[in-house]
Amino acid sequence: MTRMFTKSPVIAAVLFCAIIWRGEDALAQREGPADQGVRVGITYAPGTLPGLLFLGSGRGVFLDSVRAILRRDLDYSDRFEMITIPGNEFLEIAGPVEGGSAPLSEDEAGSVANYALYAALRVDFALDVSKSPDSGAAVTLFDVRGAAVRRRLAVENGDVESLEFRANVHQLSDAIVLAATGTPGIATSRLLFVRRGRLYRVDSDGAGVTGIAASGNVYSPTWHPEGKDFAYASFPGDSRVRIGSLDGESGDAHLIIAGVDGTQDFAPAFSPNGVTIVFARAGAEGTDIFSYNLADSCCLQRLTVGRFSDNLSPTFSPDGRQIAFVSTRPGSPQIYVMGSDGTGAELFAPFDFGVTGNSYAPEWSPDGLNIAFHREIGGSPQVFVMDVSSRTVKQLSSAGRNEDPTWGPDGRHLAYVSSRTGSSQMWVIDLETGRIRQVTRMGRVRLPSWSSRLD
Amino acid sequence: MKLNTSLDHNGETMRGTLPVTLGATIVLLVAAACGGGPAPIPQPDPDSLAAAEQIRRDSTAVVQEERDSVQRVQAEARERVQREQQAQRDSVVRIQQETAAVAEALSARIHFDFDRSVIKPEWEAVLDMKIAILQANPMLTISIVGHCDERGSDEYNIALGNRRALGAKQYMVNRGIEAQRISTSSMGESQPAMMGSGEEAWSQNRRDEFVIASGGDGLVQPGS
Repeated sequence: MTRMFTKSPVIAAVLFCAIIWRGEDALAQREGPADQGVRVGITYAPGTLPGLLFLGSGRGVFLDSVRAILRRDLDYSDRFEMITIPGNEFLEIAGPVEGGSAPLSEDEAGSVANYALYAALRVDFALDVSKSPDSGAAVTLFDVRGAAVRRRLAVENGDVESLEFRANVHQLSDAIVLAATGTPGIATSRLLFVRRGRLYRVDSDGAGVTGIAASGNVYSPTWHPEGKDFAYASFPGDSRVRIGSLDGESGDAHLIIAGVDGTQDFAPAFSPNGVTIVFARAGAEGTDIFSYNLADSCCLQRLTVGRFSDNLSPTFSPDGRQIAFVSTRPGSPQIYVMGSDGTGAELFAPFDFGVTGNSYAPEWSPDGLNIAFHREIGGSPQVFVMDVSSRTVKQLSSAGRNEDPTWGPDGRHLAYVSSRTGSSQMWVIDLETGRIRQVTRMGRVRLPSWSSRLD
Repeated sequence: MKLNTSLDHNGETMRGTLPVTLGATIVLLVAAACGGGPAPIPQPDPDSLAAAEQIRRDSTAVVQEERDSVQRVQAEARERVQREQQAQRDSVVRIQQETAAVAEALSARIHFDFDRSVIKPEWEAVLDMKIAILQANPMLTISIVGHCDERGSDEYNIALGNRRALGAKQYMVNRGIEAQRISTSSMGESQPAMMGSGEEAWSQNRRDEFVIASGGDGLVQPGS
């Protein structure tokens, strides 16, 4: 993001050169001493992110909507440096379509691409969004270094206000990220969160905030690994774990584990294969973690036995063999780990007795390499990530209260609740670039849970 | 009963005075037939007039007495009912007042240090009062609800609130209250007693609340 601005003078200068000396001259100048002259006073260090430039022809509500959603998705993927041309949303590729010229076929698009110019603008990938020869929009990803079309995709016409249309464009975006970087994007993923006891979903780009029918006051929602069903606790109400679904008409939630008088169930988490659900049960002996077999609707098993400690907030490792959780065994809540059968419990995130603040809300990353959690620092919770193999912890936040981190499906983005703007909102941080962005703008947001990628 | 008796007595009186009146009339008629001159106009015997008047008076008095007696009886009955009702009302009010006083003592909250569920010494007297109330009211059962301030995770605060409720229950069970008379639950940080972020609100929100579960009608004070 910051480099976009530092690079803008370069772009302006290159475009200026292009106007003076025309295409080939500009390219020649970039290689020669004149290019050094352009750089005077600019401290631009080449980044590791590939540059991405939007191309296009034609306008209209549909095309503009596709471009806007794609641009945001690709920007939020944090895998590209978005190259922008001052005063232009995109670089015209083949003249105005409205003038009567027909939409371009794939071959035609390839032939009109000005790879030399894109390279001069430090663009690695150019993305053309234009009217399709058939219907809807044709999206062409150009590999600038290879001087070839990398991928040609299409999106059907649709109601630009609908969640379905947005989902289609998000899919397109993830396919583009996959074609360009070899790893799919996370634009199709969604987040659940709680606001004033009600359950909501929101697309990962912050759009499409929608209430979900749920029973009672919702607590600790969590996604099923497939990203359509979810579990939550109804609290305080009857304090039982329920499972709902986005596939159902109204997310008709059903009770999955019969309650026991005098107990309260909360903090559910699915195993990676979706067969087991673990949860915390508070009762006469404190709070302990239990597991339940969803496939056979049986076999309630107590995993922790802490007569004088509480054990809660379980999260599975992606291989399903370990569970990280919060335990008060050391005298204050800290992050522990145990086998998924409850054996071999030990301290996980290191701490200094009497020095390190209370630690809560662990979530294992989808790649298994890290655990995110929040820890009290000077009276405020802050988000931390621990490298599982070295058990070193890193603090990610410091402004305001930052809590309840949840991993994006790519294992490099974390969503969490932050009060840095004065109200509790959901934010996302990219661990590789350090970029942060605000997802919700409604306040009192809490307990987010990020889904897997959705197809 | 009384009415009949007085009627009988009255009839007797009337029968007794009748021959005297008849006798006087015969004497007067004989005298008129034997003597010359105009026959004297018969005059009522003043004694018999007085007697008649007396009879009339007596009879009125009897009726009046009957009436008075009925009214007296009715009034007495009314008074008695009113007295009883008043007594009942007084006793209901007394019971209600006592029940309310006991319930208030029972509902007094106790508070905790941050992230702690230990019963602090200054709250022991409050719990001791609740123990005495439970002992004085054997049918009474209660529910203890633990609450937390907004610090700590939402999920951890359910566990902490549960610990706080268990802590108070354990204190009372250790001092002789049957465990099954006390149920416990946690509200976590979901129901603050005072809104706000700061020690003033937080200290109010870290608490146990005590709620009557059953047997809360007609509570008596300990030692009464």
